[in-house]
Amino acid sequence: MTASMILIPAAILAGLGAFFGILLAIASRVFAVKVDERIPEIREALPGANCGGCGYSGCDALAAAIVEGKATCGACTVGGDECAQRIAAVMGVTVGKQKRMRAQVMCSGTHDVAARKYAYAGVPDCISAMRIAGGDKLCAFGCLGLGSCVSACQFEAIHVENGVAAVDPRKCTGCSACVNTCPKKLIRLIPYDTPHFVACVSKEKGAAVNKQCKVGCIGCGICQKVCEAGAITVNSFLAEIDYDKCTNCGKCAEKCPRHVIR
Amino acid sequence: MSFTDILLLMFGAILVENFIFAKFYGCCPFLGVSEKPGTALGMGMAVTFVMTLSGAVTWTVYRFLLAPFGLEFLKTVAFILVIAALVQFIEMFLRKFVPALYASLGIYLPLITTNCAVLSAALLAVQNEYNFIGAVSFGFASALGFTLAIVVFAGVRGKMEFADPPKAFKGFPIILIAAGLVAMAFAGFAGVRLA
Repeated sequence: MTASMILIPAAILAGLGAFFGILLAIASRVFAVKVDERIPEIREALPGANCGGCGYSGCDALAAAIVEGKATCGACTVGGDECAQRIAAVMGVTVGKQKRMRAQVMCSGTHDVAARKYAYAGVPDCISAMRIAGGDKLCAFGCLGLGSCVSACQFEAIHVENGVAAVDPRKCTGCSACVNTCPKKLIRLIPYDTPHFVACVSKEKGAAVNKQCKVGCIGCGICQKVCEAGAITVNSFLAEIDYDKCTNCGKCAEKCPRHVIR
Repeated sequence: MSFTDILLLMFGAILVENFIFAKFYGCCPFLGVSEKPGTALGMGMAVTFVMTLSGAVTWTVYRFLLAPFGLEFLKTVAFILVIAALVQFIEMFLRKFVPALYASLGIYLPLITTNCAVLSAALLAVQNEYNFIGAVSFGFASALGFTLAIVVFAGVRGKMEFADPPKAFKGFPIILIAAGLVAMAFAGFAGVRLA
């Protein structure tokens, strides 16, 4: 065994390594691409959950979109006000206080109170069930309870209880992934701190609602009359709360004969 | 190597000796990036790109640097070095000159720097004593086989999204079982004798 048996392989590998090292070092200079330095800073301010709630494919894509001016500083609902202020600082602009929102399933029609047209035994997915006569509930507006929103939620904030999806407000970030997924469009974003909402989206007449579901809004208008702030209007037999006017007094929830306002 | 030899070699690498279903190389990206046919195709394209290029470069390094000094035993270490550097270089090059391709391959390229499928394509080409054309076409065909496997399996997984397996099989277990079934289908090619 001679020294060259060790030295030559070592020299060749080292040479190969050095050659590629230098090549890459040169290449990184030659092929350098200018990246806006604000993008990593904004990316840092974003939560990094890549939930897609903003409509972009992830936090990196949103950061790039904000720098390009395609998205607003408050586009990330998950990060909320604090995140918006930090992004605004990076971008050199000011934004108003961001209102924290949460998702709410606007349906109370659990299995024991809502009538059904047929027994659905297909793929456990709301979008599939929708294809068969609009789902198994007699009410065309009601929650199918098969959990498409559950799988859309990146934060495990939604669970199906007794045939109706329920959002855990403590876990909800207001990213609106479920809002966009729900085929019945009955998940809405409401202000985080409001306890009151109309848990029904049925626009059927009162008599028809009565046949389909024991807890649906019949559009009686009592809430509209008792609301001192004038925040409630009944349109197409359905009460709607204007959260800009609502004072959280709770009179509507007290007086609602169907207990659909909570 | 004649033209027929090359064609037979490529046919063998794509179907008979498929990297994933016959040799079980590159199972990590196969299971990780086969959720949607679109991303699976992207991964397949990136692998094809790197495998073909690395086939050419590693063969050259082996033939003109390692073999003359009798250093064949260094090939594994040397090839890892070459492939990693090559992928880095390609990534920089694409980012500068072909941003569209970089955007579609970008996330997958770093994933395959140390992929065993890429390394084994280079090692097998040298082991089987192919010439330059043979090594390049072997790398290209093996990668095509990989792409075929991953895209086909992405289709299978798309169907499985709506299946309702028993609780114990939910998620990854049923994916592995499905992969085994597709591999058995590919085992049908194992009997093909290439003259």
